[in-house]
Amino acid sequence: MTVLQTKSLTKRFGKFTALNQVNIDVNEGEVYGFIGPNGAGKSTAIRVLLGILKATSGEARIFGMDAWKDAVAIHKRTAYVPGDVHLWPNLSGGEVIDLFIQLRGGVKNNRKEELIQRFDLDPSKKCRTYSKGNRQKVALIAAFSSEADLYILDEPTSGLDPLMEQVFQSCVMEAKAAGKSVLLSSHILSEVEKLCDHVGIIRQGEIIESGSLRKMRHLTRTNLLVETKQPILDLGKQIGVHEIEKEGVEVTFQVDTENLDQIIRYVSTFGIIKLESAPPTLEDLFMRHYEGK
Amino acid sequence: MSHLLWKQTGRLSRFLFRQNRIRMPIWILSIVMLTLTIAVSFTDLYDNKAERQAIAETMHNPAMTAMVGKGYGLDDYTFGAMMAHQMLLFTAIIVAVMSILLVTRHTRAEEEDGRMELIRSLPTGRLANLGAVQNFALVINLLLALIVGIGLFSLRIESIDVQGSLLYGASLGAIGYFFAAITAVFAQLSESSRGANGFAFLLLGMAYIVRAIGDVSNETLSWFSPLGWILGGEVFVSNYWWPVLITIMASFFLWLLALYLHHIRDMGAGFLPAIGGRRQASKWLTTPIGLFVRIQRTTMIAWAIALFAIGVSYGSVLGDLDSFFADVDMMQQMLNPVEGYTLMEQFITMLMSIMAMISTIPVLLAMLKIISEEKKNRTEHFLSRAVSRPRLIGSSLAIAFIVAFFMISLAAVGLWSAGTAVVEDGLDFMVVYKAAIVYLPAVWVMLGITVTLIGISVKFSSFVWGYLLYSFIVVYLGNLLQFPEWMMKLSPFGHIPQLPIEDMDWGVTVSLTLLAVVFMFIGFIGYRKRDLEG
Ligand SMILES: Nc1ncnc2c1ncn2[C@@H]1O[C@H](COP(=O)(O)OP(=O)(O)O)[C@@H](O)[C@H]1O
Ligand SMILES: [Mg+2]
Repeated sequence: MTVLQTKSLTKRFGKFTALNQVNIDVNEGEVYGFIGPNGAGKSTAIRVLLGILKATSGEARIFGMDAWKDAVAIHKRTAYVPGDVHLWPNLSGGEVIDLFIQLRGGVKNNRKEELIQRFDLDPSKKCRTYSKGNRQKVALIAAFSSEADLYILDEPTSGLDPLMEQVFQSCVMEAKAAGKSVLLSSHILSEVEKLCDHVGIIRQGEIIESGSLRKMRHLTRTNLLVETKQPILDLGKQIGVHEIEKEGVEVTFQVDTENLDQIIRYVSTFGIIKLESAPPTLEDLFMRHYEGK
Repeated sequence: MSHLLWKQTGRLSRFLFRQNRIRMPIWILSIVMLTLTIAVSFTDLYDNKAERQAIAETMHNPAMTAMVGKGYGLDDYTFGAMMAHQMLLFTAIIVAVMSILLVTRHTRAEEEDGRMELIRSLPTGRLANLGAVQNFALVINLLLALIVGIGLFSLRIESIDVQGSLLYGASLGAIGYFFAAITAVFAQLSESSRGANGFAFLLLGMAYIVRAIGDVSNETLSWFSPLGWILGGEVFVSNYWWPVLITIMASFFLWLLALYLHHIRDMGAGFLPAIGGRRQASKWLTTPIGLFVRIQRTTMIAWAIALFAIGVSYGSVLGDLDSFFADVDMMQQMLNPVEGYTLMEQFITMLMSIMAMISTIPVLLAMLKIISEEKKNRTEHFLSRAVSRPRLIGSSLAIAFIVAFFMISLAAVGLWSAGTAVVEDGLDFMVVYKAAIVYLPAVWVMLGITVTLIGISVKFSSFVWGYLLYSFIVVYLGNLLQFPEWMMKLSPFGHIPQLPIEDMDWGVTVSLTLLAVVFMFIGFIGYRKRDLEG
């Protein structure tokens, strides 16, 4: 079942097109990774989905309801964490967490105290004294203390230390295990790789690639490092081989995944001494799309 | 070794001047212009000695003494004496405010925002930043003192001589330097810029009150207030320089203290314990209204006190009115005497329009809170949760309505309570209160316009201040400057019946109220439709 969906979503600020015909589908129980460089339009898309910005054209629906018109009904079942959390300097963290939980209404799960401990936050301090990471913790604790069906997280870990990032990741996994859906915007690829089933890559307001992570890996190349008894002849002429580099006796190159079988056979005819392969990373995928192609 | 503490102070000082190359000239120019125009306007207002003496009579009033300071030279109330008596204290307060804001901005605020860390990570001395702020405060106040001093005597007004003028300027500069120093100390003590500002303003307020009580009842007490010191200089009458010297000496020691405290503390730390917050929110905080009330509480209480005080101070001069009016051309021109009413009644109507317009300021501030929240990306916390846009803007509006009612009422109560004490037969409370509350629809119209502007965009919403300023000018100075009638009618305040002189006009009340409702309605629709910034 589709929980969140945009169809040809377009948003213009004056003449500038921030989102162009964007399609996103998040299914129930799925973690959707929304990745792209700074200024690609991730936050803009999320704000349209939250009903804070009005779409110029196209459709944005959550739980089958219109993101603009039915914002309040949607938000009762949604939890949102912005990337840059601005709080009231003279309120304490604990007060803000309570405020957020109350404003959302809906079901509370009494996990607040537990989460405050896990995220290691001192809730009696005034928000003025919090660092960026601590302000993010406030928003994360408020989000995960409520029983939402959908979590919209906009670069939620940009200020957290690695330890807290782990706590965050376990919170997302728990939500997923409980059958919740998550839209996670990020540019930290290792995080997306760990958590997401599905990714959409956005660049300059357009979704340039989307699908399950496994399928996308298929599209990409495997990195190989080989050392052979005899030099490999005509390696560059083989179909599906790219980026050959010789380092002494070793050769590194990339192989399109669909040609892997045939290339390995070919290379093995030269007598393999050493073979290392690295799986395609999301990073490669990302880079391939971002090198301005 | 020790000179390394100050490394780069000069460069940082120059950098401060660069950062403030617009702000500081505006401050200094405004203060200088204020001083000079008032000095010139005195010569226009009072043609001869007799008129000045008449004014001097009204200055014996203790309420007046509390407000502007002890009268001296009242036997021969020259322009100089008048200037120093009526203007020096107020101008000194403005200069103090300038210095407080300047010092906090470049000390604790820089530290809070993490800019100080960048500076300190460069090869700069530990005391360089504070030293540079000291240099800056010194130069700014020195410049101010010189420009005011030279400006005043170059007006060539009789009795405003070189000595007095320079002392007048020096008094202002000294008080500015003093409050800069005390703020620098508070910036070391408190952990936040808000705290540093708060303590400094509190001290300024206390200095004013201690002096007021002292001037009225016990002269020794005034000497505990730095504002009392500079008034003790009796500028243009006795021209004592030693109070200014004392002020500068005291400032100097305070700067040393601030530098010492800065030297021994960690960056980011303070000496006063930061007040811990609650771990949990109280029940009423957890709604938009509760939150808006909470974050504006202090500001609104301050406004309430201010409006009450304004009411009291206007009320306290009602007793001397007749002698006051008989001699002053300006006041007569402003009031256009009406048959059958006492001058006092006419004066009250004029005061009411002024107080209503001043009351509008906190009302608009309360309404525009929603815009300042949007600018700080904090409305998204509401809108991304189960709070609708009408509820959000409605919360702000509800608070603004309550503020409007209370502010006007407080001003009226203040005016009545002081007035009834000084006027011979006392004042009828309901007459005063009705004359004030009748202005509510005009305030609502201003509020409605604000809501409409909020519905259009963040950028437009501050235009309403221009309109309020316009209203103030045409309604307050309209009679004096002989503006045409239609210019006054362009402001809602120009339509309100002037009780008790004019009859109540329900037509105006109802139409202004309806107009306000229409504006609010348009604003609500606009706010529902537009993009929010965050
Ligand atoms: N209110 C606005 N007015 C004009 N341009 C905007 C506005 N908000 C965002 N943009 C532009 O839209 C683009 C996408 O921004 P954003 O969605 O914040 O990117 P991301 O979150 O992917 O880093 C950027 O180029 C940004 O400058
Ligand atoms: Mg973003």
